[in-house]
Amino acid sequence: MGEQTRQWTDQVVEEWIGTLLRVGVTLAAAVVLFGGGVYLGRHGYAAPQYHVFVGEPTDLRTLSGIIKDVLAFRGRGLIQLGLLLLIATPVARVAFSAVAFAFERDWLYVVVTLIVLAILTYSLAGVHM
Amino acid sequence: MNILEFTFLVWVSSLLAGFVGSLTGLGGGIIITPVLTLALGVDIRYAVGATLVSVIATSSGAAAAYVREGFSNIRIGMFLEIATTLGALGGALLATKIPTGAISIIFGLVLLYSAYASSRPRHGHLGDCRPNPLATKLKMNSTYPTPNGLMGYCPQAVPSGFSLMFGAGVLSGLLGIGSGAVKVIAMDQVMRLPFKVSTTTSNFMIGVTAAASAGVYLSRGYIDPGLAMPVMLGVVAGSLIGARVLTQAKTKWLRLVFGLVISVMAFEMIYHGLSGRL
Repeated sequence: MGEQTRQWTDQVVEEWIGTLLRVGVTLAAAVVLFGGGVYLGRHGYAAPQYHVFVGEPTDLRTLSGIIKDVLAFRGRGLIQLGLLLLIATPVARVAFSAVAFAFERDWLYVVVTLIVLAILTYSLAGVHM
Repeated sequence: MNILEFTFLVWVSSLLAGFVGSLTGLGGGIIITPVLTLALGVDIRYAVGATLVSVIATSSGAAAAYVREGFSNIRIGMFLEIATTLGALGGALLATKIPTGAISIIFGLVLLYSAYASSRPRHGHLGDCRPNPLATKLKMNSTYPTPNGLMGYCPQAVPSGFSLMFGAGVLSGLLGIGSGAVKVIAMDQVMRLPFKVSTTTSNFMIGVTAAASAGVYLSRGYIDPGLAMPVMLGVVAGSLIGARVLTQAKTKWLRLVFGLVISVMAFEMIYHGLSGRL
């Protein structure tokens, strides 16, 4: 009987994860597409420069810089926001899994999931304000 | 060539790469970086950054479909993600330290291996289930749907699988790819998971692995929005089309042709890395 309830909960969790991933990717792609339209509309006739690596300016490397660019309605900032949403999608999936395992009282996997979340947070902490 | 033309060219190449990647099972990421660097002359650091982002998109998109069918094992995936995310973080930090020529050579070697691995038939593992104590403790034994109803499976050799996954994570972070080929060895051959379970669980893990290195790439200025935009939109569209066509395509013939094309690209990446032109 206990096994039965766990199976059922797992299936519900999987449905939710599927929806979360689909919504995240669709939203991110829509923002990137919109930002791309703005960017190409303004800079489409300039020359591309990807042969030499110079690195992105600081406003496209940090969260606060990206938000500033979005508010100024800059195409590149909008695309970067879409990419941030995309990166956030799997992170949200992991965070959601932690909550779901807690609901199932599977404490071993709550710990496993929190370790993964900690590693992701550490990596994204570089994209500070 | 202006930005408009360049963007269109990158988008079409990414669409094709996503399409081929989905048909051959190689993934779009491993094909688009050589195209961007060799054919379009993009610096490998920009190419890796843009590809990494597209890998998250395709993995999450595909995982959304698979997870509902009940093939992916969320517990195995989550446990192994400890290894892949740690590896990816290390790989991304390594990528900022080592010369681009070395990255190009490693990329070429991984590309060669992936082409070889994808051309070989894969054997799933079925039946004779002897539960492994560690896997049982970690609640990894599960069932998956087959035409004959639910079938059970018991993962083996968890520590070896875990170590291999760390390696897959390093490659993913260093090269901006999903490293499907290494994950396949870990899950199919070492942990002895059924074919469908290992493919879908590996796909499920790729997005999280790539997200771990994406933070490092973004804050180091390797992700250029102007380049990542057509790459991401192209690869996603291409892999969606690929997934639709997959059922009708004669994949054996396709794999052979693309195996050859990929080998040529791999040798060129290695050559460019050695001659210091990238």
